[in-house]
Amino acid sequence: MSPDGAVMVELRGIHKSFGPLEVLRGVDLSVRTGEVVVILGPSGSGKSTLLRSINHLEKVNRGSVRIDGELIGYRRTGNRLRELKEREILRQRTHIGFVFQNFNLFPHLTVLDNVAEAPVSAQGRPRREVLETASRLLDRVGLADKADAYPRRLSGGQQQRVAIARALALEPKVLLFDEPTSALDPELVGEVLEVMKDLARAGTTMIVVTHEVGFAREVADRVVFMDDGVIVEQGPPDEVLTRPQHERTRSFLAKVL
Amino acid sequence: MTAPSPAPATVENTTRAPADEPLKVVPARHPWRWAATAVTLVLLAMAANALITNPAWEWHFVGQYLFYETVLRAVGVTLRLTVLGIVLGFLLGTVIALMRLSASPLLQAVAWGYVWLFRSVPLILQLLFWFNLALLYDRISFGIPFGPSFFDVGTMDLIGPMTAATLGLALHQAAYCAEIVRSGFLSVDQGQLEAAAALGIPRTRQIRRILLPQAMRTIIPTAGNEIIGLVKGTSVVYIMAIPELFYQVQVIYARNGRVIALLLVAAIWYLLLTTVLSTVQYYVERHYARGAVRVLPPTPLQRVRRLVGRVLAARRQRQAVRDQLAADLAVPR
Repeated sequence: MSPDGAVMVELRGIHKSFGPLEVLRGVDLSVRTGEVVVILGPSGSGKSTLLRSINHLEKVNRGSVRIDGELIGYRRTGNRLRELKEREILRQRTHIGFVFQNFNLFPHLTVLDNVAEAPVSAQGRPRREVLETASRLLDRVGLADKADAYPRRLSGGQQQRVAIARALALEPKVLLFDEPTSALDPELVGEVLEVMKDLARAGTTMIVVTHEVGFAREVADRVVFMDDGVIVEQGPPDEVLTRPQHERTRSFLAKVL
Repeated sequence: MTAPSPAPATVENTTRAPADEPLKVVPARHPWRWAATAVTLVLLAMAANALITNPAWEWHFVGQYLFYETVLRAVGVTLRLTVLGIVLGFLLGTVIALMRLSASPLLQAVAWGYVWLFRSVPLILQLLFWFNLALLYDRISFGIPFGPSFFDVGTMDLIGPMTAATLGLALHQAAYCAEIVRSGFLSVDQGQLEAAAALGIPRTRQIRRILLPQAMRTIIPTAGNEIIGLVKGTSVVYIMAIPELFYQVQVIYARNGRVIALLLVAAIWYLLLTTVLSTVQYYVERHYARGAVRVLPPTPLQRVRRLVGRVLAARRQRQAVRDQLAADLAVPR
Protein backbone atom coordinates (compact mmCIF):
# COMPACT_ATOMS: atom_id res chain seq x y z
CA MET A 1 0.00 0.00 0.00
CA SER A 2 1.73 3.13 -1.12
CA PRO A 3 0.96 6.09 1.08
CA ASP A 4 0.21 9.08 -1.05
CA GLY A 5 -2.28 10.84 1.21
CA ALA A 6 -1.91 14.18 2.87
CA VAL A 7 0.32 14.63 5.91
CA MET A 8 -1.42 13.13 8.94
CA VAL A 9 1.20 13.51 11.67
CA GLU A 10 3.68 16.35 11.71
CA LEU A 11 6.37 16.78 14.35
CA ARG A 12 8.53 19.88 14.31
CA GLY A 13 11.65 20.51 16.37
CA ILE A 14 10.67 18.32 19.32
CA HIS A 15 12.89 18.83 22.36
CA LYS A 16 12.39 17.03 25.63
CA SER A 17 14.52 16.84 28.77
CA PHE A 18 14.07 14.92 31.98
CA GLY A 19 15.93 17.17 34.39
CA PRO A 20 19.46 17.56 33.05
CA LEU A 21 19.01 14.64 30.67
CA GLU A 22 18.18 15.67 27.10
CA VAL A 23 16.16 12.84 25.62
CA LEU A 24 14.97 14.46 22.40
CA ARG A 25 17.15 17.03 20.71
CA GLY A 26 15.16 18.41 17.83
CA VAL A 27 13.12 15.79 16.00
CA ASP A 28 11.22 16.52 12.79
CA LEU A 29 9.02 13.84 11.32
CA SER A 30 5.99 13.80 9.10
CA VAL A 31 3.82 10.80 8.39
CA ARG A 32 1.30 10.62 5.57
CA THR A 33 -2.17 9.16 5.73
CA GLY A 34 -1.96 5.39 5.34
CA GLU A 35 1.78 5.31 5.89
CA VAL A 36 3.44 2.80 8.21
CA VAL A 37 6.54 4.21 9.86
CA VAL A 38 8.76 2.01 12.00
CA ILE A 39 11.13 3.70 14.41
CA LEU A 40 14.24 1.70 15.30
CA GLY A 41 17.06 2.57 17.60
CA PRO A 42 19.01 1.50 20.67
CA SER A 43 17.35 1.76 24.07
CA GLY A 44 17.64 5.24 25.49
CA SER A 45 17.62 6.76 22.02
CA GLY A 46 14.33 8.57 22.74
CA LYS A 47 11.96 6.54 20.52
CA SER A 48 9.39 5.85 23.23
CA THR A 49 9.52 9.42 24.51
CA LEU A 50 8.95 10.67 20.99
CA LEU A 51 5.94 8.40 20.59
CA ARG A 52 4.53 9.44 23.96
CA SER A 53 4.90 13.12 23.12
CA ILE A 54 2.73 12.64 20.03
CA ASN A 55 -0.36 12.13 22.21
CA HIS A 56 0.85 14.50 24.92
CA LEU A 57 1.55 11.79 27.49
CA GLU A 58 4.90 13.58 27.67
CA LYS A 59 4.91 17.34 27.54
CA VAL A 60 7.61 18.57 25.22
CA ASN A 61 9.90 21.45 26.14
CA ARG A 62 9.99 22.84 22.62
CA GLY A 63 8.46 22.00 19.28
CA SER A 64 5.02 21.15 18.04
CA VAL A 65 2.89 18.14 17.21
CA ARG A 66 0.10 18.31 14.66
CA ILE A 67 -2.35 15.56 13.83
CA ASP A 68 -4.47 16.15 10.73
CA GLY A 69 -3.52 19.81 10.98
CA GLU A 70 -4.63 20.20 14.60
CA LEU A 71 -2.05 21.30 17.13
CA ILE A 72 -1.89 18.70 19.92
CA GLY A 73 -1.79 19.76 23.57
CA TYR A 74 -1.52 23.48 22.86
CA ARG A 75 -3.29 26.41 21.35
CA ARG A 76 -1.35 29.09 19.59
CA THR A 77 -1.82 32.71 20.50
CA GLY A 78 0.62 34.93 18.66
CA ASN A 79 4.06 33.51 19.31
CA ARG A 80 3.07 31.45 22.31
CA LEU A 81 1.83 27.93 22.73
CA ARG A 82 -0.58 27.73 25.65
CA GLU A 83 -1.29 24.33 27.09
CA LEU A 84 -4.88 23.24 26.58
CA LYS A 85 -7.29 22.28 29.36
CA GLU A 86 -7.14 18.61 30.28
CA ARG A 87 -10.63 18.06 28.87
CA GLU A 88 -9.47 19.34 25.47
CA ILE A 89 -6.35 17.19 25.51
CA LEU A 90 -8.43 14.14 26.39
CA ARG A 91 -10.70 14.88 23.44
CA GLN A 92 -7.69 15.15 21.12
CA ARG A 93 -6.36 11.83 22.37
CA THR A 94 -9.47 10.02 21.16
CA HIS A 95 -8.09 10.59 17.65
CA ILE A 96 -4.81 8.94 18.55
CA GLY A 97 -4.73 5.23 19.33
CA PHE A 98 -1.94 4.13 21.65
CA VAL A 99 -0.78 0.57 22.29
CA PHE A 100 1.48 0.09 25.30
CA GLN A 101 4.35 -2.32 25.81
CA ASN A 102 2.65 -3.70 28.94
CA PHE A 103 -0.85 -3.74 27.39
CA ASN A 104 -2.29 -1.82 30.38
CA LEU A 105 -5.66 -3.47 30.02
CA PHE A 106 -8.09 -2.74 32.85
CA PRO A 107 -7.95 -5.99 34.85
CA HIS A 108 -11.29 -5.49 36.61
CA LEU A 109 -13.26 -5.09 33.37
CA THR A 110 -14.10 -7.85 30.92
CA VAL A 111 -12.42 -7.87 27.54
CA LEU A 112 -15.56 -6.47 25.93
CA ASP A 113 -15.84 -3.67 28.50
CA ASN A 114 -12.16 -2.84 28.05
CA VAL A 115 -12.82 -2.23 24.37
CA ALA A 116 -16.15 -0.47 24.88
CA GLU A 117 -15.19 1.81 27.79
CA ALA A 118 -13.59 4.74 25.95
CA PRO A 119 -16.03 5.05 23.02
CA VAL A 120 -18.87 5.31 25.54
CA SER A 121 -17.27 7.52 28.18
CA ALA A 122 -14.92 9.62 26.03
CA GLN A 123 -16.89 9.89 22.80
CA GLY A 124 -20.36 9.62 24.25
CA ARG A 125 -21.47 7.06 21.70
CA PRO A 126 -24.52 4.94 22.56
CA ARG A 127 -23.50 1.83 24.50
CA ARG A 128 -25.51 -0.61 22.44
CA GLU A 129 -23.89 0.52 19.21
CA VAL A 130 -20.42 0.52 20.81
CA LEU A 131 -20.83 -3.04 22.07
CA GLU A 132 -21.56 -4.14 18.51
CA THR A 133 -18.46 -2.36 17.22
CA ALA A 134 -16.41 -3.86 20.05
CA SER A 135 -17.56 -7.39 19.22
CA ARG A 136 -16.69 -6.83 15.59
CA LEU A 137 -13.22 -5.56 16.53
CA LEU A 138 -12.61 -8.52 18.83
CA ASP A 139 -13.56 -10.76 15.94
CA ARG A 140 -11.09 -8.87 13.76
CA VAL A 141 -8.21 -9.59 16.18
CA GLY A 142 -9.39 -13.20 16.50
CA LEU A 143 -10.74 -13.03 20.04
CA ALA A 144 -14.50 -13.06 19.56
CA ASP A 145 -14.80 -15.97 22.00
CA LYS A 146 -12.96 -14.10 24.78
CA ALA A 147 -15.36 -11.17 25.05
CA ASP A 148 -16.55 -12.08 28.56
CA ALA A 149 -13.18 -13.16 29.94
CA TYR A 150 -11.11 -11.00 32.28
CA PRO A 151 -7.74 -9.90 30.85
CA ARG A 152 -5.60 -11.83 33.38
CA ARG A 153 -7.02 -15.08 32.04
CA LEU A 154 -5.55 -14.37 28.61
CA SER A 155 -2.04 -14.95 27.32
CA GLY A 156 0.20 -11.95 26.71
CA GLY A 157 -0.37 -12.14 22.97
CA GLN A 158 -4.13 -12.23 23.43
CA GLN A 159 -3.98 -9.30 25.87
CA GLN A 160 -2.03 -7.22 23.39
CA ARG A 161 -4.55 -8.03 20.65
CA VAL A 162 -7.33 -6.83 22.99
CA ALA A 163 -5.32 -3.67 23.58
CA ILE A 164 -5.13 -3.13 19.84
CA ALA A 165 -8.90 -3.62 19.51
CA ARG A 166 -9.36 -1.16 22.39
CA ALA A 167 -7.30 1.45 20.56
CA LEU A 168 -9.17 0.82 17.30
CA ALA A 169 -12.56 1.23 18.97
CA LEU A 170 -12.10 5.00 19.02
CA GLU A 171 -11.63 4.98 15.23
CA PRO A 172 -8.40 6.94 15.58
CA LYS A 173 -6.70 8.82 12.79
CA VAL A 174 -3.35 7.30 13.68
CA LEU A 175 -2.22 4.29 15.74
CA LEU A 176 0.92 4.50 17.87
CA PHE A 177 2.63 1.28 19.03
CA ASP A 178 5.21 1.47 21.83
CA GLU A 179 7.24 -1.75 21.61
CA PRO A 180 4.07 -3.83 21.37
CA THR A 181 5.84 -7.19 21.38
CA SER A 182 8.70 -6.55 23.83
CA ALA A 183 6.83 -7.95 26.84
CA LEU A 184 5.77 -11.13 25.02
CA ASP A 185 7.13 -14.64 25.04
CA PRO A 186 8.83 -15.32 21.69
CA GLU A 187 6.16 -17.73 20.50
CA LEU A 188 3.42 -15.11 21.06
CA VAL A 189 5.07 -12.30 19.08
CA GLY A 190 3.83 -13.63 15.73
CA GLU A 191 0.11 -13.38 16.47
CA VAL A 192 0.41 -9.71 17.45
CA LEU A 193 2.53 -8.83 14.42
CA GLU A 194 -0.02 -10.61 12.24
CA VAL A 195 -2.80 -8.32 13.50
CA MET A 196 -0.58 -5.29 12.92
CA LYS A 197 0.18 -6.42 9.37
CA ASP A 198 -3.56 -6.71 8.73
CA LEU A 199 -4.04 -3.15 9.93
CA ALA A 200 -1.19 -1.92 7.76
CA ARG A 201 -2.68 -3.63 4.70
CA ALA A 202 -6.04 -2.01 5.46
CA GLY A 203 -4.40 1.40 5.13
CA THR A 204 -4.16 2.38 8.81
CA THR A 205 -1.71 5.17 9.55
CA MET A 206 0.76 3.66 12.02
CA ILE A 207 3.88 4.68 13.88
CA VAL A 208 5.58 1.67 15.44
CA VAL A 209 8.46 1.68 17.88
CA THR A 210 9.87 -1.84 17.87
CA HIS A 211 12.91 -4.06 17.81
CA GLU A 212 11.34 -6.39 15.23
CA VAL A 213 13.54 -5.66 12.24
CA GLY A 214 11.76 -8.39 10.25
CA PHE A 215 8.44 -6.61 10.75
CA ALA A 216 10.03 -3.34 9.64
CA ARG A 217 11.40 -4.93 6.48
CA GLU A 218 8.08 -6.56 5.59
CA VAL A 219 5.51 -3.96 6.55
CA ALA A 220 7.07 -0.52 6.89
CA ASP A 221 6.79 2.09 4.19
CA ARG A 222 9.56 3.94 5.89
CA VAL A 223 12.10 3.10 8.56
CA VAL A 224 13.36 5.81 10.88
CA PHE A 225 16.56 5.19 12.79
CA MET A 226 17.01 7.21 15.98
CA ASP A 227 19.98 7.55 18.25
CA ASP A 228 20.80 9.90 21.08
CA GLY A 229 17.64 11.97 20.69
CA VAL A 230 17.83 12.68 16.98
CA ILE A 231 16.81 10.98 13.74
CA VAL A 232 20.03 9.65 12.26
CA GLU A 233 18.58 8.49 8.97
CA GLN A 234 15.33 7.42 7.38
CA GLY A 235 14.06 5.92 4.16
CA PRO A 236 12.47 2.83 2.63
CA PRO A 237 13.28 -0.34 4.60
CA ASP A 238 15.40 -1.74 1.78
CA GLU A 239 17.74 1.20 1.89
CA VAL A 240 17.99 1.78 5.62
CA LEU A 241 18.16 -1.88 6.58
CA THR A 242 20.41 -3.18 3.82
CA ARG A 243 22.48 -0.15 2.83
CA PRO A 244 22.59 2.06 5.92
CA GLN A 245 24.45 5.31 5.31
CA HIS A 246 25.54 5.97 8.87
CA GLU A 247 27.99 4.16 11.04
CA ARG A 248 25.60 4.25 14.04
CA THR A 249 22.84 2.59 12.03
CA ARG A 250 25.25 -0.03 10.80
CA SER A 251 26.54 -0.93 14.24
CA PHE A 252 22.98 -1.07 15.63
CA LEU A 253 21.80 -3.36 12.84
CA ALA A 254 24.87 -5.55 13.27
CA LYS A 255 23.82 -6.09 16.88
CA VAL A 256 20.15 -6.86 16.34
CA LEU A 257 20.28 -8.87 13.10
CA MET B 1 40.01 -55.18 33.15
CA THR B 2 36.46 -55.72 32.13
CA ALA B 3 33.83 -53.40 33.40
CA PRO B 4 31.63 -54.96 36.04
CA SER B 5 28.25 -55.80 34.74
CA PRO B 6 25.87 -53.03 35.69
CA ALA B 7 24.16 -55.15 38.27
CA PRO B 8 21.40 -53.10 39.89
CA ALA B 9 22.86 -53.40 43.37
CA THR B 10 20.70 -50.61 44.69
CA VAL B 11 17.55 -52.14 43.37
CA GLU B 12 18.34 -55.46 44.98
CA ASN B 13 18.85 -53.76 48.32
CA THR B 14 15.40 -52.27 48.38
CA THR B 15 12.35 -54.38 48.88
CA ARG B 16 10.43 -54.31 45.68
CA ALA B 17 6.70 -54.27 45.38
CA PRO B 18 5.24 -56.97 43.18
CA ALA B 19 5.53 -55.77 39.61
CA ASP B 20 1.93 -54.76 38.93
CA GLU B 21 1.00 -53.34 42.30
CA PRO B 22 1.13 -49.52 42.54
CA LEU B 23 3.28 -48.17 45.35
CA LYS B 24 1.37 -47.07 48.42
CA VAL B 25 1.82 -43.57 49.80
CA VAL B 26 2.08 -43.32 53.60
CA PRO B 27 1.62 -39.78 54.94
CA ALA B 28 4.08 -38.60 57.62
CA ARG B 29 2.85 -38.89 61.20
CA HIS B 30 2.49 -35.81 63.40
CA PRO B 31 2.36 -36.96 67.04
CA TRP B 32 2.93 -33.44 68.41
CA ARG B 33 0.02 -32.11 66.41
CA TRP B 34 -2.20 -34.70 68.04
CA ALA B 35 -0.84 -33.83 71.48
CA ALA B 36 -1.41 -30.12 70.93
CA THR B 37 -4.95 -30.83 69.74
CA ALA B 38 -5.69 -32.87 72.84
CA VAL B 39 -4.33 -30.19 75.19
CA THR B 40 -6.34 -27.51 73.40
CA LEU B 41 -9.51 -29.59 73.71
CA VAL B 42 -9.01 -29.93 77.45
CA LEU B 43 -8.40 -26.19 77.81
CA LEU B 44 -11.53 -25.41 75.79
CA ALA B 45 -13.59 -27.75 77.95
CA MET B 46 -12.23 -26.06 81.08
CA ALA B 47 -13.10 -22.62 79.74
CA ALA B 48 -16.62 -23.71 78.78
CA ASN B 49 -17.10 -25.27 82.17
CA ALA B 50 -15.93 -22.10 83.91
CA LEU B 51 -18.34 -20.02 81.82
CA ILE B 52 -21.37 -22.25 82.26
CA THR B 53 -21.17 -23.56 85.81
CA ASN B 54 -20.20 -20.36 87.62
CA PRO B 55 -23.53 -18.70 88.55
CA ALA B 56 -21.80 -15.32 88.91
CA TRP B 57 -21.97 -14.91 85.12
CA GLU B 58 -25.75 -14.56 85.53
CA TRP B 59 -26.54 -16.02 82.14
CA HIS B 60 -30.31 -15.94 82.67
CA PHE B 61 -30.13 -12.16 83.23
CA VAL B 62 -28.07 -11.83 80.07
CA GLY B 63 -30.92 -13.39 78.09
CA GLN B 64 -33.36 -11.11 79.81
CA TYR B 65 -31.53 -7.87 79.07
CA LEU B 66 -30.17 -8.70 75.63
CA PHE B 67 -33.35 -7.50 73.89
CA TYR B 68 -34.38 -5.00 76.53
CA GLU B 69 -35.85 -1.97 74.78
CA THR B 70 -33.35 0.50 76.23
CA VAL B 71 -30.50 -1.77 75.17
CA LEU B 72 -31.86 -2.08 71.64
CA ARG B 73 -32.18 1.68 71.38
CA ALA B 74 -28.59 2.01 72.61
CA VAL B 75 -27.45 -0.42 69.92
CA GLY B 76 -29.23 1.85 67.44
CA VAL B 77 -27.27 4.86 68.69
CA THR B 78 -24.00 2.92 68.46
CA LEU B 79 -24.84 1.92 64.89
CA ARG B 80 -25.76 5.48 63.96
CA LEU B 81 -22.49 6.84 65.34
CA THR B 82 -20.54 4.13 63.51
CA VAL B 83 -22.26 4.66 60.16
CA LEU B 84 -22.04 8.46 60.32
CA GLY B 85 -18.45 8.32 61.55
CA ILE B 86 -17.31 5.97 58.82
CA VAL B 87 -19.27 7.52 55.95
CA LEU B 88 -18.28 11.10 56.79
CA GLY B 89 -14.78 9.92 57.68
CA PHE B 90 -14.28 8.24 54.32
CA LEU B 91 -15.80 11.13 52.36
CA LEU B 92 -13.53 13.66 54.04
CA GLY B 93 -10.65 11.16 54.02
CA THR B 94 -10.93 10.71 50.25
CA VAL B 95 -10.83 14.48 49.77
CA ILE B 96 -7.75 14.69 51.98
CA ALA B 97 -6.10 11.82 50.13
CA LEU B 98 -6.73 13.55 46.80
CA MET B 99 -5.30 16.78 48.23
CA ARG B 100 -2.24 14.90 49.39
CA LEU B 101 -1.78 13.45 45.89
CA SER B 102 -2.44 16.76 44.11
CA ALA B 103 0.29 18.79 42.47
CA SER B 104 -0.27 21.82 44.70
CA PRO B 105 2.31 22.02 47.52
CA LEU B 106 -0.15 23.95 49.71
CA LEU B 107 -2.88 21.33 49.35
CA GLN B 108 -0.31 18.61 50.04
CA ALA B 109 0.91 20.39 53.14
CA VAL B 110 -2.59 21.02 54.48
CA ALA B 111 -3.52 17.37 53.93
CA TRP B 112 -0.36 16.23 55.67
CA GLY B 113 -1.02 18.66 58.53
CA TYR B 114 -4.59 17.44 58.96
CA VAL B 115 -3.52 13.83 59.24
CA TRP B 116 -0.71 14.78 61.61
CA LEU B 117 -2.99 16.79 63.92
CA PHE B 118 -5.97 14.45 64.09
CA ARG B 119 -3.86 11.34 64.47
CA SER B 120 -1.76 12.86 67.21
CA VAL B 121 -4.39 14.10 69.66
CA PRO B 122 -6.19 11.34 71.59
CA LEU B 123 -9.78 10.82 70.42
CA ILE B 124 -11.18 11.33 73.89
CA LEU B 125 -9.52 14.76 74.06
CA GLN B 126 -10.81 15.73 70.62
CA LEU B 127 -14.32 14.72 71.63
CA LEU B 128 -14.17 16.90 74.72
CA PHE B 129 -13.00 19.84 72.62
CA TRP B 130 -16.02 19.50 70.33
CA PHE B 131 -18.27 19.02 73.31
CA ASN B 132 -16.99 22.24 74.84
CA LEU B 133 -16.80 24.20 71.61
CA ALA B 134 -19.24 26.74 73.03
CA LEU B 135 -16.60 27.75 75.55
CA LEU B 136 -14.37 28.82 72.67
CA TYR B 137 -16.92 30.24 70.26
CA ASP B 138 -20.35 30.82 71.71
CA ARG B 139 -21.86 31.83 68.37
CA ILE B 140 -21.21 30.53 64.88
CA SER B 141 -21.95 32.85 61.98
CA PHE B 142 -22.42 32.11 58.30
CA GLY B 143 -21.41 34.66 55.70
CA ILE B 144 -18.57 35.85 53.53
CA PRO B 145 -15.12 35.02 54.98
CA PHE B 146 -13.75 38.14 56.72
CA GLY B 147 -16.83 39.93 55.34
CA PRO B 148 -20.40 40.46 56.45
CA SER B 149 -22.33 37.71 58.21
CA PHE B 150 -25.75 36.64 56.94
CA PHE B 151 -26.95 34.95 60.13
CA ASP B 152 -25.51 33.36 63.21
CA VAL B 153 -26.60 30.74 65.69
CA GLY B 154 -25.61 29.79 69.19
CA THR B 155 -22.98 27.05 69.20
CA MET B 156 -24.92 25.12 71.84
CA ASP B 157 -28.01 25.04 69.59
CA LEU B 158 -26.07 23.94 66.54
CA ILE B 159 -23.75 21.41 68.11
CA GLY B 160 -25.46 19.26 70.71
CA PRO B 161 -23.75 16.27 72.34
CA MET B 162 -24.75 13.90 69.52
CA THR B 163 -23.47 16.26 66.82
CA ALA B 164 -20.28 16.87 68.78
CA ALA B 165 -19.74 13.12 69.09
CA THR B 166 -20.41 12.51 65.39
CA LEU B 167 -18.18 15.39 64.39
CA GLY B 168 -15.39 14.24 66.70
CA LEU B 169 -15.51 10.64 65.52
CA ALA B 170 -15.76 11.58 61.82
CA LEU B 171 -12.92 14.11 61.88
CA HIS B 172 -10.68 11.72 63.79
CA GLN B 173 -11.63 8.87 61.48
CA ALA B 174 -11.00 11.01 58.38
CA ALA B 175 -7.30 11.23 59.22
CA TYR B 176 -6.99 7.44 59.19
CA CYS B 177 -9.29 7.02 56.19
CA ALA B 178 -7.19 9.50 54.21
CA GLU B 179 -4.14 7.31 54.63
CA ILE B 180 -6.09 4.17 53.73
CA VAL B 181 -7.49 5.72 50.58
CA ARG B 182 -4.08 7.10 49.66
CA SER B 183 -2.45 3.69 50.06
CA GLY B 184 -5.18 2.25 47.84
CA PHE B 185 -4.54 4.82 45.11
CA LEU B 186 -0.79 4.26 45.31
CA SER B 187 -1.27 0.50 44.94
CA VAL B 188 -2.77 0.88 41.46
CA ASP B 189 -0.27 0.56 38.63
CA GLN B 190 0.61 3.93 37.10
CA GLY B 191 0.02 2.40 33.66
CA GLN B 192 -3.70 2.13 34.37
CA LEU B 193 -4.23 5.87 34.57
CA GLU B 194 -1.87 6.38 31.67
CA ALA B 195 -3.91 4.00 29.53
CA ALA B 196 -7.13 5.71 30.60
CA ALA B 197 -5.64 9.11 29.75
CA ALA B 198 -4.39 7.84 26.39
CA LEU B 199 -7.93 6.67 25.61
CA GLY B 200 -9.28 10.13 26.42
CA ILE B 201 -11.48 8.90 29.26
CA PRO B 202 -12.68 11.94 31.28
CA ARG B 203 -10.86 12.60 34.55
CA THR B 204 -13.70 11.86 36.98
CA ARG B 205 -14.53 8.70 35.07
CA GLN B 206 -10.86 7.65 35.26
CA ILE B 207 -11.04 7.85 39.03
CA ARG B 208 -14.48 6.29 39.44
CA ARG B 209 -14.29 3.54 36.87
CA ILE B 210 -10.59 2.70 36.61
CA LEU B 211 -8.73 3.84 39.73
CA LEU B 212 -11.19 3.33 42.58
CA PRO B 213 -12.36 -0.23 41.80
CA GLN B 214 -8.74 -1.38 41.67
CA ALA B 215 -7.75 0.60 44.75
CA MET B 216 -10.62 -1.07 46.61
CA ARG B 217 -8.66 -4.33 46.68
CA THR B 218 -6.16 -2.65 48.97
CA ILE B 219 -8.62 -0.37 50.75
CA ILE B 220 -11.23 -2.92 51.88
CA PRO B 221 -9.17 -5.04 54.33
CA THR B 222 -7.80 -2.00 56.17
CA ALA B 223 -11.13 -0.21 55.95
CA GLY B 224 -12.73 -3.28 57.50
CA ASN B 225 -10.30 -2.94 60.40
CA GLU B 226 -11.25 0.72 60.79
CA ILE B 227 -15.00 0.11 60.68
CA ILE B 228 -14.81 -2.66 63.24
CA GLY B 229 -12.50 -0.51 65.33
CA LEU B 230 -15.04 2.30 65.19
CA VAL B 231 -17.97 0.06 66.25
CA LYS B 232 -16.13 -0.47 69.50
CA GLY B 233 -14.51 2.96 69.45
CA THR B 234 -17.93 4.64 69.69
CA SER B 235 -17.97 3.51 73.32
CA VAL B 236 -15.57 6.39 74.08
CA VAL B 237 -18.42 8.88 73.70
CA TYR B 238 -19.89 7.57 76.96
CA ILE B 239 -17.96 10.43 78.57
CA MET B 240 -20.41 12.79 76.85
CA ALA B 241 -23.35 10.93 78.40
CA ILE B 242 -24.65 9.82 75.01
CA PRO B 243 -26.93 6.79 75.40
CA GLU B 244 -24.95 4.41 73.22
CA LEU B 245 -24.49 0.77 74.14
CA PHE B 246 -21.64 1.03 76.63
CA TYR B 247 -23.06 4.06 78.44
CA GLN B 248 -26.53 2.55 78.59
CA VAL B 249 -25.49 -0.77 80.16
CA GLN B 250 -23.56 1.20 82.77
CA VAL B 251 -26.69 3.19 83.55
CA ILE B 252 -28.70 0.00 83.91
CA TYR B 253 -26.26 -1.84 86.12
CA ALA B 254 -25.78 1.21 88.26
CA ARG B 255 -29.48 0.89 88.98
CA ASN B 256 -29.87 -2.87 89.42
CA GLY B 257 -26.38 -4.08 90.27
CA ARG B 258 -26.25 -6.79 87.58
CA VAL B 259 -22.80 -5.63 86.53
CA ILE B 260 -21.48 -8.80 84.90
CA ALA B 261 -24.71 -9.69 83.10
CA LEU B 262 -24.96 -6.25 81.52
CA LEU B 263 -21.32 -6.10 80.54
CA LEU B 264 -21.92 -9.43 78.83
CA VAL B 265 -24.96 -7.99 77.06
CA ALA B 266 -22.80 -5.21 75.67
CA ALA B 267 -20.04 -7.65 74.70
CA ILE B 268 -22.51 -9.90 72.88
CA TRP B 269 -23.93 -6.98 70.90
CA TYR B 270 -20.46 -5.79 69.90
CA LEU B 271 -19.66 -9.37 68.85
CA LEU B 272 -22.83 -9.57 66.76
CA LEU B 273 -22.17 -6.25 65.03
CA THR B 274 -18.58 -7.19 64.18
CA THR B 275 -19.66 -10.60 62.93
CA VAL B 276 -22.13 -9.03 60.53
CA LEU B 277 -19.50 -6.53 59.37
CA SER B 278 -16.85 -9.23 58.87
CA THR B 279 -19.28 -11.22 56.73
CA VAL B 280 -20.16 -8.18 54.65
CA GLN B 281 -16.44 -7.47 54.24
CA TYR B 282 -15.85 -10.98 52.90
CA TYR B 283 -18.41 -10.52 50.17
CA VAL B 284 -17.31 -6.99 49.28
CA GLU B 285 -13.72 -8.21 48.96
CA ARG B 286 -14.88 -11.01 46.74
CA HIS B 287 -16.75 -8.52 44.56
CA TYR B 288 -13.64 -6.43 43.98
CA ALA B 289 -11.49 -9.49 43.35
CA ARG B 290 -13.14 -9.95 39.93
CA GLY B 291 -10.44 -10.06 37.31
CA ALA B 292 -7.68 -9.84 39.90
CA VAL B 293 -7.67 -13.53 40.74
CA ARG B 294 -8.17 -16.22 38.16
CA VAL B 295 -10.82 -18.14 40.07
CA LEU B 296 -12.90 -16.55 42.82
CA PRO B 297 -12.80 -18.43 46.12
CA PRO B 298 -16.15 -20.07 46.94
CA THR B 299 -18.43 -18.24 49.36
CA PRO B 300 -19.01 -19.94 52.74
CA LEU B 301 -22.49 -20.87 51.52
CA GLN B 302 -21.08 -22.48 48.39
CA ARG B 303 -18.57 -24.32 50.56
CA VAL B 304 -21.32 -25.73 52.79
CA ARG B 305 -23.38 -26.73 49.74
CA ARG B 306 -20.40 -28.43 48.17
CA LEU B 307 -19.67 -30.32 51.40
CA VAL B 308 -23.29 -31.45 51.72
CA GLY B 309 -23.24 -32.43 48.05
CA ARG B 310 -20.13 -34.55 48.58
CA VAL B 311 -21.59 -36.27 51.65
CA LEU B 312 -24.84 -37.02 49.82
CA ALA B 313 -22.97 -38.31 46.78
CA ALA B 314 -20.90 -40.61 48.98
CA ARG B 315 -24.06 -41.90 50.62
CA ARG B 316 -25.74 -42.50 47.28
CA GLN B 317 -22.67 -44.38 46.14
CA ARG B 318 -22.61 -46.58 49.26
CA GLN B 319 -26.32 -47.24 48.81
CA ALA B 320 -25.75 -48.18 45.18
CA VAL B 321 -23.00 -50.63 46.16
CA ARG B 322 -25.28 -52.14 48.80
CA ASP B 323 -28.17 -52.46 46.33
CA GLN B 324 -25.91 -54.10 43.80
CA LEU B 325 -24.65 -56.53 46.45
CA ALA B 326 -28.21 -57.35 47.51
CA ALA B 327 -29.23 -57.85 43.90
CA ASP B 328 -26.27 -60.14 43.28
CA LEU B 329 -27.11 -62.22 46.34
CA ALA B 330 -30.78 -62.38 45.42
CA VAL B 331 -30.10 -63.84 41.99
CA PRO B 332 -30.55 -67.60 42.32
CA ARG B 333 -27.68 -69.47 40.88
